[in-house]
Amino acid sequence: MNSEKKAYTLSILVEDTPGVLSQVARLFSRKGYNIESICAGPTRSPGTTRISVVAICDEAEIHQLATQLSKLLLVISVDVLEGEESIQRELCLIKVKADTREVREGIIQIINVFRANIVDFGTDSLVIAAVGTSDKIRAMMKLLEDYGILETVNTGLVALQRGEKTIHDQNKLKDEYNYGKNLH
Amino acid sequence: MKVKSTVAILECLLEQGVDTIFGYPGGTILNIYDELYDYQDRLHHILTAHEQGAAHAADGYARATGKVGVCFATSGPGATNLTTGIATAYYDSSPVVFITCNVTENLLGKDAFQEVDITGIAMPITKATYLVRDPETIPDILREAFAVAATGRPGPVLIDFLKNVTAPDVLIDYEPMERKEHIKHGRLQALTHRIGWDIKTPEPNHEDIRKLAEMVQNSEKPLLICGGGVVRGRAHEQFRALAEKIDAPVAITVMGGGGFPGGHELATGMIGMHGSQASNMACDNCDLLIAVGCRFSDRVALDPETFASNAKIVHIDIDRAEIGKNVRTDHHIIGDAKRVLELLCEMVEPMEHTRWKNFIFSYPKRVAYEDKPDQLTPQQVLETIRQIVPGDSIVATDVGQHQMWTIQHFNFDYPGQLLTSGGFGTMGFGLGAALGAKVGCPDKTVLHITGDGCFRMNGQEMATESHYDIPVITFVFDNRTLGMVRQWQNLIYHKRFSQTDLDFAPDFVKLAEAYGLKGKRVTNVQELEDAIHEALEWGHGYVVDCMIDTDEMVRPMVGGGQPITNFMLI
Ligand SMILES: Cc1ncc(C[n+]2csc(CCOP(=O)(O)OP(=O)(O)O)c2C)c(N)n1
Ligand SMILES: [Mg+2]
Repeated sequence: MNSEKKAYTLSILVEDTPGVLSQVARLFSRKGYNIESICAGPTRSPGTTRISVVAICDEAEIHQLATQLSKLLLVISVDVLEGEESIQRELCLIKVKADTREVREGIIQIINVFRANIVDFGTDSLVIAAVGTSDKIRAMMKLLEDYGILETVNTGLVALQRGEKTIHDQNKLKDEYNYGKNLH
Repeated sequence: MKVKSTVAILECLLEQGVDTIFGYPGGTILNIYDELYDYQDRLHHILTAHEQGAAHAADGYARATGKVGVCFATSGPGATNLTTGIATAYYDSSPVVFITCNVTENLLGKDAFQEVDITGIAMPITKATYLVRDPETIPDILREAFAVAATGRPGPVLIDFLKNVTAPDVLIDYEPMERKEHIKHGRLQALTHRIGWDIKTPEPNHEDIRKLAEMVQNSEKPLLICGGGVVRGRAHEQFRALAEKIDAPVAITVMGGGGFPGGHELATGMIGMHGSQASNMACDNCDLLIAVGCRFSDRVALDPETFASNAKIVHIDIDRAEIGKNVRTDHHIIGDAKRVLELLCEMVEPMEHTRWKNFIFSYPKRVAYEDKPDQLTPQQVLETIRQIVPGDSIVATDVGQHQMWTIQHFNFDYPGQLLTSGGFGTMGFGLGAALGAKVGCPDKTVLHITGDGCFRMNGQEMATESHYDIPVITFVFDNRTLGMVRQWQNLIYHKRFSQTDLDFAPDFVKLAEAYGLKGKRVTNVQELEDAIHEALEWGHGYVVDCMIDTDEMVRPMVGGGQPITNFMLI
């Protein structure tokens, strides 16, 4: 196994019940890992939530986390998503100071390069919405810094497998977890 | 039909076949206790001296009977007093349903009197927690809670009812339902449907078992480890059949005690930190290690890197998350131990391993201690007890040297015969557990083996023992020290005995008498024999204070993190 520490994304499909998010989150702290980002939202099927978590650890550790998560009763499915095989995106809203025309034009040039949008136009400030990989957002942010960033908010990474594979796929590993969750 | 919510709660317990509850009342749980008043003939409630005692009693009851234990407590301090008991049950996979009540909805989150977030506190030490805010969900949640506690890898669950949910004017829809029907309804049905098993019991993967059968057939030096899963899964008969068929030696973990007869000719004794030389040498030399329901804790696989390094390791467990957690494994099978072993046994041919056994049993499976005629040694105490009490007596221990000596010395023959806090190592577990076991198995003699340190923790349950006349015989290994800690200080901390002297003990005999029990202090074998006979004849709670030497040690011993055959003591 690879013992190099890097950012891994875990995609966790859970039953949407009170406390499930804290149950998932505290598993990370219990095992001693920091959550870099966490993002939760509803899915197509009512009653289920999909949580994406980014954590920095090595390969053995990420599998240990996935394992401990998979065993929770409320967890339906867990995927470890790795860079190449998955699409990863985050959404960032950035409020920048823009009180002169020159500044505004400069900013617009930058966001065009990064294919971001202006979603709020104020007299003294702009709000920019950018979607992309963490690298892209960081690069854009760096350029915008010259203009004076007032505040930002970031959703954290969400990710999906490339190709036709999905988190719903049934496999032997999932069967093995489900064996223990059988309630007979 | 419409019934009071508290009636629904108690009816749901009856549906599960519950007849005994251990608990302690208080403000928020009063409504349930009020209802219990009308159920006294069907639900026997045992009021302990402390909620921790109630928790251990429910746990001991569950371990001894194989049924789900039930424990009640009130909010706030009542609930937090349960936590050590909940964790103890969790670490040893014991099925207990803990029921607490909390403040009313309008006070929730206001730091009201005796409000505590017990579902949050208990989250990492339970299989599931439920906060009940809607009375209509009561039957569904109770049915789910019992199923979760008892199935898969068993364990505790906690249900916290808001007080208003249990108010006397709250009526809910409740239809009595037989237990086997539960899986076809409500949340339980949804849960099993979700994981795709629906209403059939799952089956382990036959291919995986066939592969193991092949590995067994190719092995010349197999070793089986009997773990707690064999005990919880009541797979002892299947385990024994397999061991005998393939003629494989069996090492037993602390939690595995009772999963395989300790006196069997294939038994090599305990494995791990205080494991026998036979077990630990077998582990180091085997070419195939099959661990059943064992999680390779740091007390067994002391050094994961060198553990069974000459062997292919095969792990059989119901909990997939245990696979590869502590040691690398070459093959695993997920399933109920009973079913897996049954199938495996069918697939293997009988074998003989005489040379391998001769090698292992050239090492002792038990430590030889010298007898000291006019003193009491721990072994003399245990041997004397063993010779007098019925062979099927249930033994509950506390934690420390006396615990290890007991497990090394006694033979446990069936699941539930040994009750010990192996995973959490909870001092003060023993008496509550012994009381719970005696209530669950009234026909068995129940022994409580404790230390002078542990007996001071939850010794107040003698009040419960006396009041309900639950005859347990307590043996205090009175060495006037926190012996196990002292042993480490002796061996590792250069005899700097920091805070381990207990030479200021209460008089345990007088203490027993104060609670209405009988007590005897014994200093030699003759006195001990007399005391045991008297205790058995008397038939009520009895405490034998056994005076033993302060410097006795548990042998063998391998230091934490060390290769399993690096004995620092033999
Ligand atoms: C609640 C709790 N506190 C502390 C410990 C640490 N500990 C383990 S064994 C032990 C000594 C127990 O002393 P005693 O009951 O006299 O048993 P002995 O070892 O002397 O037989 C202690 C303090 C523990 N296991 N549990
Ligand atoms: Mg002691």
